[in-house]
This record gives sequence, C-alpha cells and structure tokens, in this order.
Amino acid sequence: MKIDEAKHYHKIDAVVVGAGLAGLRGALELARNGHQVALISKVYPTRSHSGAAQGGIAASLANVQEDSLDLHMFDTVKGSDYLGDQNVIELFVEEAVKTVYELEHMGVPFSRTKDGRINQRAFGGHSSLRACFAADITGHVLLHTLYEKCVEHNVHFYNEFQVFSLLIKDRVSRGLVAWDIRNGGLHVFHTKAILLATGGYGRAFKITSNAHANTGDSLGMILENGLPLEDMEFVQFHPTGMFRHGILLSEAARGEGGYLINGKEERFMKNYAPDKMELAPRDVISRAEQTEINEGRGIDGKDYVCLDLRHLGRAKLMERLPQVWELAYHYLKVDGAKEPIPIQPTAHYSMGGIPANIHTEVICDAQGTVVNGLYTAGEASCLSLHGANRLGTNSLQDAATFGRIAGIRMSEFVRNHPYEKLPFETFDKNLDNARQKIAHLTEGGGKEKHALIREELQENMTKLAGVFREEKDMLKLRKLIKDLQERYRKVTIDDRGEIYNLDLLEGIELGNLLSFSEVLVEGAIARKESRGAHYRRDYPKRDDQNWLKHTLAWKTTDGVKLTHDKEVVLYMDRFPPKERKY
Amino acid sequence: MAEINIKVKILRYDPQKDSKPGFKTYELQIEEGVTILDILNEIHWKMDGTLAYRRSCRSAICGSCAMKVNGQNVLACETPLHRFGRKLKIEPMPGFPIIKDLVVDLEGFFEKLKRVKPYLMVERPVPEKEFPQSPEDFEKIRETTYCILCGACTSSCPSLWANDHYLGPAALLKAYRFVFDSRDDGQDERLDIINDKNGIWRCHTIFNCMEACPKNINITEYLSKLKTKVLENSF
Repeated sequence: MKIDEAKHYHKIDAVVVGAGLAGLRGALELARNGHQVALISKVYPTRSHSGAAQGGIAASLANVQEDSLDLHMFDTVKGSDYLGDQNVIELFVEEAVKTVYELEHMGVPFSRTKDGRINQRAFGGHSSLRACFAADITGHVLLHTLYEKCVEHNVHFYNEFQVFSLLIKDRVSRGLVAWDIRNGGLHVFHTKAILLATGGYGRAFKITSNAHANTGDSLGMILENGLPLEDMEFVQFHPTGMFRHGILLSEAARGEGGYLINGKEERFMKNYAPDKMELAPRDVISRAEQTEINEGRGIDGKDYVCLDLRHLGRAKLMERLPQVWELAYHYLKVDGAKEPIPIQPTAHYSMGGIPANIHTEVICDAQGTVVNGLYTAGEASCLSLHGANRLGTNSLQDAATFGRIAGIRMSEFVRNHPYEKLPFETFDKNLDNARQKIAHLTEGGGKEKHALIREELQENMTKLAGVFREEKDMLKLRKLIKDLQERYRKVTIDDRGEIYNLDLLEGIELGNLLSFSEVLVEGAIARKESRGAHYRRDYPKRDDQNWLKHTLAWKTTDGVKLTHDKEVVLYMDRFPPKERKY
Repeated sequence: MAEINIKVKILRYDPQKDSKPGFKTYELQIEEGVTILDILNEIHWKMDGTLAYRRSCRSAICGSCAMKVNGQNVLACETPLHRFGRKLKIEPMPGFPIIKDLVVDLEGFFEKLKRVKPYLMVERPVPEKEFPQSPEDFEKIRETTYCILCGACTSSCPSLWANDHYLGPAALLKAYRFVFDSRDDGQDERLDIINDKNGIWRCHTIFNCMEACPKNINITEYLSKLKTKVLENSF
C-alpha cells in the first residue's frame, strides 16, 4: 500500500500535540495565518491541565502597583537561582505585557480594579503586585478562551488521540503516529512542523498536583529518538498541596494574605525567609515545611502543616478564593473560614524538558543545532526560562507567550518549506514502532501489571528524589528504576479491545514515565550542588564555579549520557549571580 | 485511616463484545476517606484493567469525570465515598450515547456549544491596553465562567431527553456568558441563534441543571435572564 492511499493518513501543514495553553495558543496562531493545523490531544482540550492553574498570569502592567520590565526580569532571574537564560527571560517579560492584553482582547474574563482595568495580586517571589487574575480560576478561563478562539478559527481537533511515536529522521521532523482512543487504530500525520506541548512530568511522583494525563509523553519519545532532554533534575515542589491528595491549593491563598502554621501554631516562615515570609518562592517554602515536619513540628507531630485563612474572613474567601475553599471543603471536610487546612509539599512543575532555543525550535546539542520542523513550548519545553525554580504565575505566561512565538515561527517555516518524506516508503513501515509498543503490552505474555510498577516508581520518586535529596538515596533509586524497567518488559494488559482502551494508554504512558525518570535521577545524582528546587543534603551550597550550567541528557545503549557544557546565558553587567535570600 | 468493605455495581458495556450494557459488581476493601475516582482507579488498576472511564485533573476543574453515582450526576474526583455509604451504583451520565463503560459520546455536546458561537465577537476598535470593564459588569458574567463543560447539567435535562436537538443548558449558559459580556458585539447574532425552536424556549425551568451542576452555578436563573434578553431584543 502506498502511503497516501491509507485511510488513516493525514497530510496537513502543521500538527500541535497537546491542547493546553501553549498548544492552543500555537494552533491559534497557525490557523490565523491561514494554515491547516491539526491539534492532537489525549483529552478534550478543555480538560487540559493548564485549566488547573489558579492564581494568575504574570505581567508588569502596573495596574495596581508600580512595576517595570526590569523588576519582573530580576525577580525571575533570582527566582531561577540564576540558571534561567537571561536572553529568554528578557524576551519573556517584554512579551508578557502584550500577551495579557491580547488574551483580554480575546475575551478572557479577568477580575477588575474599581476603574475597570485588569486586577493584579501578590505572588511569591514577585516584588510587585503582578499576577493578573480571574478569581482563583485563572488557568481555567484562559484555557476556555483559547479553546473558543481555536473553534472560531477552524483548528482541526483530534480529540482523544494519543501520540505513540514521532517520525524523525536525519534531524528532520516528518510526522507522527497517533492512536485513536475512541475508535482504535493508528493514524499517520504527515506534516511540515510539529509543536510538542504535552505539559509537565509530575506524574512520576506519588504526591503530585499533576493530572493523570501529565505523563511527559513527548519527553519519552524525544529520548527514544536519540535526542536530549535538559535540566530534568529540576522539579518544583509546591508548598500548598492538599494533605494526602497532593492536589493544588493556590498560592493565591498566600497572595491574599494566608499564613502557614506549624504544630505550635507558629508562622514558621519567620525562621526561613523573614522578609518575604509566606511569599518567598516555592522551593524555599517547601524546604521549610519539610524541615518543620522532619523535626517533629508538623500538626500533632504528623507529616503535614497548615494553611491558615481564617483571618481573611468568609466574604473575602468567597470572592477571591472560592475554589480553594471548595476543594478543602469537599476533599477534607475542612471549612477554611473556620479551620486551618492541612497541606504538604507536592510535586508540581517541571522546569526541565525538551531543549529549545529562544524561538522554540527544538535543539539537539549544546551548540544549539536545530531539529528541522520540531518545536516545543510550555511546560514540556526547557528554553530555559525558569532555570532551577519557577515563580508562580510565570508558567501560564510562559505557555501563552511561547505558544504564540512557536505559532509565529512555525507559520513562517510552513510557508517556506516543502513536505519532507516520511522515514519509510510504505504506510505500514512507519507504524512499526508504534505497533511494537502495542504488541509488547498485548502479546508479551508476561505477568506484570503496569499499575503496580507505576505505584512503586511514584512512591520512591517522592521518597528518594523529592524536596531533599542525597546521593545514597538516589543510588538506590537508580537501581530501582532499572529493576522497574526490566519488569516493564513483562507487562501485559487486561484489555485487548480497540475502543477506549484505558489499559493500553496507561501501559504506553508508563514506558514514558520510566524512561524520563531515569534521566531525571541521573541528572540529580550528577549535579553536586543545591540550586533552586534541586536540594542536595550532601551538597547544600550553590556552586557557581562548577555548576552554573545546564544539563543535557541522552539515552544511549550504554545508559544515560550527560553533558554539562551548555552555558547559561547571563547578562553579567545587569544581573550577575548573587546569593539568593528572601 | 480505617479500611472498610464496599460493594460497587458498575454499568459495563464494550461494543466489541456486548450486545447491551449490564452491571458488574466489585467487592473491595478500601480506606474510608477515598473519593469515587479513587475507587474506580483501585478497581481498574488492581482488579479489572478493562474498565474504561475518563479522568484527569483530580481537582474538579477539568470536567472529565462526570458520571452518575447512586442516581446523581457528580464529578467522581471530588465526591467522597462517605456521601453514599458502602454500596455504590455507578453509571455513565444519562442522555448521551455510551462509547464504552462509563465513557459517553460528547461530540454532540461540543457541537451544540459551537452553534452558539462561543467566542468574543469584537467590532469596536481594539484599545492598546485592555477593554475597560467595570467590576459590576464583570460580576454579571463571573459565575458563568466557572462552567467546566462536564456535561452534568445537559445530561440531567428532561427537555433534552425529549428532544435531542435542543441546545441544552451548557451551550445556553455559554451564550449567556457572551451576551452579557460588556465587551462583546455579537449580541444580536447570538440572540438570533438561540431564539429558535431548539433554543432557549425549550428550557422549561425544571431546575435539574442547577441541581446537577458541580460548580453550583445558578444555571436556570441565567437562562431566565437570557429569555428576557431575547424578548427585549425582539421589539
């Protein structure tokens, strides 16, 4: 069978993978430029996890308090513990303002000031009221607005399609293979340009704010194609995860004046960040919480502390933080207006990801060699904007801004380039890799269950590569992941059907989780310093002399290969590295 | 936390194997504090991998896991077991075709949403900064923007059970959200679309949608305001 005769063959200008904020924004830009764009998402677009972001989107509008691009830039550089590339941060803070106005013009229902402008609130690590917000459902309304605009502009939605393999050859992206979740069957998308916007990799951890969908699928496929990932060891733990569940209680709760208290009812942040208190950056607060818990000052000596909102009053809670109140009420039976809410650090944001240059073009080495036609934006990417630690509200802004930039660059690329040939002449041959993945899970005959392997991975990632890390733990984890990878070979799934086979999807996702988790742990073992969210008990100081550089990691037949020669872009005259105190 | 024994009846249907849906019962031991989603995960992960259901965010914002539990449409992720006791009957949301088990076909639901032109239409000049909007004007639409498109309201609407062409509460609520947005210039067009035999007039103020809404949106009241607006606009 020739390729274009196959019924599941789609030839289309551009394909976006992932329908969160970055993916939708990229797709919208392509569609507005007159290109045919397929948006592939394993969930309906409005189900994407950008919608769970609550507190706000950063831009120095200065609607409420004096602010400047320089100040936003400095806060972000300092927040990143100087690992963020300053050229990227510079572009980001400039574009952020434009992005927010543009989103407002698209219809985002922002909360307003008395004089009718976009309202802004305080957020951790930002030294001005900079978080533009819509109550505490900012991500939700941004996601819905962009989805609505994509509907208006006739983006082709492939809802409930899961990408199983990327078709890359000779550093040229040519297409991808996706599984139709609803009807079954593999589809080939032959395209000039692909945007990988599949979000973060927090599902590798047990206590996590991430959705079931956040399994870092494109990261697994990047590694499989012999391409590197960057700075994977940097995972942000959010200080206000709901106790036991891990789901997010917005930082806006502290932005609006909420306290953090320990078992002695003390605002313990006074001992860790006396100036910023509860509005210190997330890595600092998560370590403080974990220290309180480890030293026996959790509530009743247990492994949680509390978010105290009682003094804010019911009226303010209902106006500004309705979702926070509801979540605590539904899940914990705690009325936040009357009782403190039990919390613990939760794996939240992935600073690492697919390396890309400032134009969102995927790169494959420290010199910045580009993979033609391949782009990435949002949490899946590492540009590196957030360095070693992201500031709250910079992620929605990252996704929206670089989603747009990706869309602009891709539009130009699509206009000026022909279709490249798929790696193989026949339709079937291009499906081989995806078919093998399915066959492994359905015909292997092994007795292992993917759920048990995943649970073991998640539990140990939280325990051994969490808020505090040290070598002896991570060496254990390295061995455990190897064992789990061996066991993964013997996984067989129960469901052999074609229609809505959740079992199959989870089996494939586990392959991705195990693949990038190995890279994450190797990066964390190698980085013998503490910087931002990566804290080593055995190397508690930041070491600019040896470690002010990015990690690149490849998977080879001999295991993970790491290099540390990708330089951090610094503007030494403006923001030279300094000690990071709050 | 204490563990308890529970009995869970789930409506199962695999179109490749079954001629019609039927219940299957699972008995399991589980921690008392879990949610309905935790229970489905436990069954799917440990007992029967063939069970299909939708879920993603776990925090009641993505809208994936709306389903019928002991007769009520709920979001599985935010609904604690203790609300129902130790016996559960879990079914897909009514009013939609079943794809498999608890997964229903939402294509029609999203198509109806598209019919009301669910996006801001702007004809006025676009300012350099934001369109001004007073807090009072924002307040008119604030609550309606909480809609997560889970489908629970539309699924529970008797008018829709009677006539599948009816737009339904979720699409009409979306129409409200734009008609009453002070920045929108598409009011006439949108009001025309819903002033139709399958539009707003099929809402008979039954209040089921409001009861079913996991975000407690006062849907019926907004649809009533929309009716008034259509009438005002016709004269």
